[in-house]
Amino acid sequence: MATLEAKIPKGPLAEKWTNYKDHQKLVNPANKRRLDVIVVGTGLAGASAAASLGELGFNVLNFCIQDSPRRAHSIAAQGGINAAKNYQNDGDSVYRLFYDTIKGGDYRAREANVYRLAEVSNNIIDQCVAQGVPFAREYGGLLDNRSFGGAQVSRTFYAKGQTGQQLLLGAYSALSRQVNKGSVKLYTRYEMLDVVIIDGRARGIIARNLVTGKIERFAAHAVVIGSGGYGNTFFLSTNAMNSNGSAAMQIYRKGALFANPAFAQIHPTCIPVHGEFQSKLTLMSESLRNDGRIWVPKKKEDAEAIRAGKLKPTQIPEEDRDYYLERRYPAFGNLVPRDVASRAAKERCDAGFGVNNTGLAVYLDFSEAINRLGLKTVEARYGNLFQMYEKITAQNPYETPMMIYPAIHYTMGGIWVDYELMTTIPGCFAIGEANFSDHGANRLGASALMQGLADGYFVLPYTIQNYLSDQISVPRFSTDLPEFAEAENAINEKIAKLMSIKGQRSVDSLHKELGHIMWEYVGMGRTKESLETALVKLKEVKKEFWSNVRIPGEPNALNTELEKAIRVADFIEVGYLMALDGLNRNESCGGHFREEYQTPEGEALRDDDNYAYASCWKYAGEGKEPELIKEKLDYEFIVRQQRNYKS
Amino acid sequence: MEKVINITVKVWRQKGPKAKGGFEAYKLAGISGDTSFLEMLDILNEKLISEGQEPVVFDNDCREGICGMCSLYINGHPHGPDNLITTCQLHMRHFNDGDTITVEPWRSAAFPVIRDLTVDRQAFDKIIQAGGYVSVNTGGVPDANAIPISKIDADEAMDSASCIGCGACVAACKNGSAMLFVSAKVSQLALLPQGKVEAAARAKAMVLKMDELGFGNCTNTRACELECPKGVSISNIARLNRQFLKAKLSD
Repeated sequence: MATLEAKIPKGPLAEKWTNYKDHQKLVNPANKRRLDVIVVGTGLAGASAAASLGELGFNVLNFCIQDSPRRAHSIAAQGGINAAKNYQNDGDSVYRLFYDTIKGGDYRAREANVYRLAEVSNNIIDQCVAQGVPFAREYGGLLDNRSFGGAQVSRTFYAKGQTGQQLLLGAYSALSRQVNKGSVKLYTRYEMLDVVIIDGRARGIIARNLVTGKIERFAAHAVVIGSGGYGNTFFLSTNAMNSNGSAAMQIYRKGALFANPAFAQIHPTCIPVHGEFQSKLTLMSESLRNDGRIWVPKKKEDAEAIRAGKLKPTQIPEEDRDYYLERRYPAFGNLVPRDVASRAAKERCDAGFGVNNTGLAVYLDFSEAINRLGLKTVEARYGNLFQMYEKITAQNPYETPMMIYPAIHYTMGGIWVDYELMTTIPGCFAIGEANFSDHGANRLGASALMQGLADGYFVLPYTIQNYLSDQISVPRFSTDLPEFAEAENAINEKIAKLMSIKGQRSVDSLHKELGHIMWEYVGMGRTKESLETALVKLKEVKKEFWSNVRIPGEPNALNTELEKAIRVADFIEVGYLMALDGLNRNESCGGHFREEYQTPEGEALRDDDNYAYASCWKYAGEGKEPELIKEKLDYEFIVRQQRNYKS
Repeated sequence: MEKVINITVKVWRQKGPKAKGGFEAYKLAGISGDTSFLEMLDILNEKLISEGQEPVVFDNDCREGICGMCSLYINGHPHGPDNLITTCQLHMRHFNDGDTITVEPWRSAAFPVIRDLTVDRQAFDKIIQAGGYVSVNTGGVPDANAIPISKIDADEAMDSASCIGCGACVAACKNGSAMLFVSAKVSQLALLPQGKVEAAARAKAMVLKMDELGFGNCTNTRACELECPKGVSISNIARLNRQFLKAKLSD
């Protein structure tokens, strides 16, 4: 497999998706009933795909690790969802959303995929409103919009600061309706542990019942992975505690390619780290940057006094504040894309201007907004976020500026898929954050919800039929087949091995060690040396894990430590891929910043001549270095430019 | 400024649904006030694991108050002593040096214990499956701005929709009633034109399912509203009752 076939339809950009749909193969209603589809994950992508496939008449088996599909981590997305509706009459269009997304991603995504995403974005808003999603409205009764980083139009739809929750509950309702009808069967508190391949095609999964500890087999005609991203490789991230990259790693080891693993997004507005027992970092929605102004003290001595607790931010006069984003990026100001805002915060803190007792924080100030708009308006827009901040930090953001610092948030990299969202394993699809997606090297705010729902509602339910249309005469598989037995045995051996180590270290302590290595050497600013160090250290952590982890309890019962151990074993492998990919990519782009490659102003310096490709890693066996396969990203319709948010 | 406390945690330990449970007391020293309640349990578990014991099992996921997974009954209150937060948003600064803190699972016939502090809340999913949706398929829906909705109704629907399905209302209720949970969903959809069409039928189907699953009746004690981490109001219950009566009268 030297080249990758992305199966991008021919024709002009704006007609590709229509052409595809006009000519793809479909499955007739009577045959749909005879086809089983496994969907792993119940987030925006998984739940919307399972619901839509169920509505079409397929027989769907839907798995999640939580106690209910409604708890998938999409629920935590705060700010909003983009769509090219142009309801605000500010010049938005499908093309402009497409262009902003491609540019925001630093020209490392596929043109055709991104155009399709922008195209179906409008359908998503219609769909969600029809489901009863209570989006924010104007007094005239029409939908309200706000602006978000990386855009000059207001195209973001929102439901207070809980947009992800409301969209997920919409998808969960649609899913629940199908469960009631019997077209979807739910498996909650089940964790996928492997994909089963028969004659080269994905034909089922092995999953562990997390309540009983029993390993179970499930067969289907196709398998869809919607298990989210791998940000928890860093231990501290904005992801939920149980979010993991294991399903992706399982299919990677069975032949799917892992693309652009180094592209991880660091979100600029998170609550700073407070101590060593901290378990997660809480995100404060990017929407806060609409009205909040980011600053640090202009004078180093002021910053030092603040760190020592001798000075309060409110005591610093206006002329001694450095609104560094507004200063450096006059055109976009506080609304520059996330990667740009994160690096600028790190740069100021590294230069000695950081605040908080750690020196690792900057201010996000609402005093000007409160004066301009009034307390009531600010409360209506951000009240729940301010409340959340106060509960965590015991500080009132109406009276004193918030403190924020960047944290790992989203992973643009993931399983390689073609235009049909199919991986290199026939019959195995990847959707939402789990795939390497349409965000290129950096995702714009309010675009994750858009992509998850686009994949689940409007893309996969079509494209999967092109695959399933020639499967209609394939009878249901027995889980007694040797391929299932073999996969189950391998899992039992792996679990037995983990349980037998009986070492000295808890899973969490090893996970934290992994996280420190990742943040230190594969974090916001990477160098050749740091990445090489990471590769060495990651091998050491791997060795330590497999020789010194301690997992109490029994394997064949509820065992949360065993669950975590299986995930951390995979996180170590993901971390290795991230470092390897970062080392290979001798350029800076989007969320991947190699300090050797920057412009004189400190911005990311791309190398389009040599790195205009998606780097796809192919598993070569345990202990062997993976093989790099490149998907060249040809730009037919737009010209790559240096990203500029200054003018 | 930073507070550091020594505490005793009395935790409910129960091996399985049928097993007999009981409290175990553990001492923890040097807990910082900035530690979250669940991070305190992480510290306890780290200690238990290092001593070769099995960790305390408790549901948790997002740790930012939105997924609804965490479910601890702390010193007699679902989600602990502070208002309008989930357990994961509770911080140790709310406790004092020398405190004994009692931690139990949700107690309700409809939420059986799985292990220690973890309970089975599938009953909530079953209630939603009975009718907590608008019956529309993907595609073929009108433009999002085709039907104007008053901002007042939209905002009120949003307040009802902020329910996270954690089950604190049931745990707080002496009758083990799920009326606040059910009414929040019924209200959200009844307030919007898209959901109005099926409003009465939805109320009936969800209430019947709730009764079938062993939840108790509402006697208006308002404990649910008081303990709800999202401040969902019992005026939703009044709206549910109206919708339910409507459905009954048209039977």
